[in-house]
Amino acid sequence: MLTQTLLSGLTAGAIYALVALGFAIIYNASQVINFAQGEFVMIGGMTAAALVEAGVPLPLSIVISIAAATAVGLLLAKLAIEPARGASVVTLIIITIGASILLRGLATLVWDKKIHRLPAFSGETPIVLGGAAGSATLLPQVLWVLGAGAAAVALLTWFFRRTLAGKAILAVSYNPLAAELMGISVRRTLAASFALSAALGALAGVLIAPIAFTSWDSGVMLGLKGFAAAILGGLGSAAGAVAGGLALGLVEALGAGYVSSAYKDVFAFLIILAALVFLPDGLLGRRAAERV
Amino acid sequence: MIVRSLVAILGLVFALPALAQAPIRIGAFLAVTGPAAFLGDPEQKTLELYVDKLNAASGVLGRKLELVAYDSAGDAEKARSYVKRLIEQDKVDVIVGGSTTGETMAAVPLAEAAQVPFISLAGAVVIIEPVKKWVFKTPHTDRMACEKVFVDMRARGATRAALISGTGGFDRSMRAECLKVAAKHGVTIVADETYGAADTDMTAQLAKIKATPGVQAVLNAGFGQGPAIVTKNYRQLGISAPLYQSHGVASKQYVKLSGDAAEGVRLPAAALLVAETLPEADPQKKVVVGYKSDYEGRFHQEVSTFGGHAYDGLMLAVNAMQRAGSTEKAKVRDALEATRGYVGTGGVVNMSTQDHMGLDLSAFRMLEVRKGDWMLVK
Repeated sequence: MLTQTLLSGLTAGAIYALVALGFAIIYNASQVINFAQGEFVMIGGMTAAALVEAGVPLPLSIVISIAAATAVGLLLAKLAIEPARGASVVTLIIITIGASILLRGLATLVWDKKIHRLPAFSGETPIVLGGAAGSATLLPQVLWVLGAGAAAVALLTWFFRRTLAGKAILAVSYNPLAAELMGISVRRTLAASFALSAALGALAGVLIAPIAFTSWDSGVMLGLKGFAAAILGGLGSAAGAVAGGLALGLVEALGAGYVSSAYKDVFAFLIILAALVFLPDGLLGRRAAERV
Repeated sequence: MIVRSLVAILGLVFALPALAQAPIRIGAFLAVTGPAAFLGDPEQKTLELYVDKLNAASGVLGRKLELVAYDSAGDAEKARSYVKRLIEQDKVDVIVGGSTTGETMAAVPLAEAAQVPFISLAGAVVIIEPVKKWVFKTPHTDRMACEKVFVDMRARGATRAALISGTGGFDRSMRAECLKVAAKHGVTIVADETYGAADTDMTAQLAKIKATPGVQAVLNAGFGQGPAIVTKNYRQLGISAPLYQSHGVASKQYVKLSGDAAEGVRLPAAALLVAETLPEADPQKKVVVGYKSDYEGRFHQEVSTFGGHAYDGLMLAVNAMQRAGSTEKAKVRDALEATRGYVGTGGVVNMSTQDHMGLDLSAFRMLEVRKGDWMLVK
C-alpha cells in the first residue's frame, strides 16, 4: 500500500508542479503572481479537448491549443497589464484575478459548462510495479507529466541562466528602471513572460486533461494548488516549483492514506504554513536580503 | 376634455377583459450560471419549453402562463433576494425552483411566511423533513439512493461495504444518509474515505479501501469529475469488488469521462435515462419518452434528469391548479398535497400530509454500464 500511496502522491504532485512552473516565470519577470495561471491551464485543456472532439488529430490539437493559450497570454499582457504599467505589484495581481474571472466566463460561452476529457497519450493500461502481492500501479500518462515537468525545468533553467532573453527577464525583475536604461524593453519582456507562462500552462492543461479532466472552472483549484506548490518550493525558482509540487502531492497522499482522507488538504496547507514561517523563501527559492 | 375622458373610458373597457385574463405567473429561481449550472441550465430550458407548449395549447384554466425566472447562480443569498422579489413585486402564483439545496433552504422561510406554494428542484431530505406546509419537492432524495444501492448490494450477497465520497454539499449529505440507513438494510460500512472537490487522483484513498479486509462492495457518493476519476483509479488498482455510483453522475457524461473503466459500474437513476429501453408496460414510459423527444428536439442536447425535475415541478403545479379550479394559493397548496398517481419523469407521485415528495424506491431504477451505455438491471 505504501508504494501505491507514494505513486498517488507522485501523480498529483507532478500535476501541481507543472502548474507551479507557470507562476515562476511571470513572478521572475515582474514579481507579479498571476492568478490567471490556472485559466491558462484550463484554456489549454479545453481547446485541445474541443478540437479532439471535433476530429482533429491529438498532436495537432495540442499544438493549436498551446498556440491559442499563448495568444491569450499575449493579449492579457497587452490589454490588461501594460495599460496599468507603473501601478504597484498588488494592483497588477488584482488585475490578474479579474482576468481569471473574465476568462472563466468566456470559456463558458466559447465552449460549455460540461466536463471534457482527452484521450491518454499512450493508452490507459496501468503500469504494474513490484510483485503480485505488494503490487502498485501507475498510469502511463503520469510519466508524460513527469517527463514534461523535468524537460520544462531543464529548459527554463537554461533559458534564465544562459540566454540573453532569459537574463533580460531576470534583470527587469530586479530593477525595471536600470534594465530599461540598459536598453531592455520592459514592455516586451513582460509580454514575453506572459506568453511563455501561458504556453507552459496550456501544455500542463493538455497533459493533465487525460488524468483529471478539464472544464471551464478546472483552473481555479489547479491554480490554487499550483500557487501553493510554488510558494512551498520558493517563488521564482523552476526547480523549486517542481520540488514544491511533488512535496505537496506526497504529503497529501500520505495524509490521506495513513491518517484520514478528510484532513488531506489540512496537511498540505499546514506544511505550507510551516514553510512560510520557517523557510519564507521556500525550499529552493533564492534567499532575498533586504537592504536597510 | 371630452376626447380625453372618452379615451380613458375606452381604455378601461379594453383593459377589463385583459385583467380578467391576466396570465398565471410561475416564478422561478434557478442556478442557470455558476457552479451548479449543469442543474439550472436544463431546468430553465425545460420551464421555457413547457410554458410555451402549454400556452400554445390554450393555457391553464383558460389563462396563459407567464414565466418569471431569475438566475440565482447557486448562491443562497441571491436566491433569497430573488424569491423576495418574486413574492413581493412579481406577485407570482407559485414558485418552482431552487436548483440546489442551499438555495432552496434560503427560500423556504420566505415562501412559508408569504404562504406561496413552493416546489423545490433540489435533492436533500431536509427540504421536506420535517414537513413544511407550503414546501414540496420533485427529485428523489439521497437517502432513497442509498437504500436502493444497499438493497442491490444485499441481493448480490454483499454485506460489508466501503464508502468513498467528496467533500461537497451533495456528497456529504448523501454520505450521512447512507451511514444512517446502512444498518437498516443489513450493510456494514467498513471503510469511509473522502476526497476534495478538485482532487486529481484518488488512488491513495482507494488503496486504503483495497487494503481494508472484507470489503465486498464500494459506493461512491458524489457528482462532477470526482466519481469519474474514482472509477478510473478503481480499475487502475484492479479492485474486484463491485463499484456503485450515485444518482449524482447519472448522465452520459460520466460514462464518456470514465471510458472503459465504467464497465460494470451500477448506479440508481431515474427512468428518464433509459427512456427507450423501458418496457412498454412501464407507467412512466409515455411521459419520459415524450419529455425526452420534446427537449432534445428543441435544444439539440441530451436530456438530463435535472431538467426532468423542472418538468415535474411545473406539471405538478399546473395539475394542482386544474384540480383546484383556481390559482388561489391555499387551494393550490391543498391540491398539491392531495396529488395521487401523478406520473412524472421522476416517478409516480403520491403526496400526503406526511410526505411532500411522494416518491418511493420504485422511482429509482438500478442501472449498469455496459458497452458504454445504460442497461436496466433485472
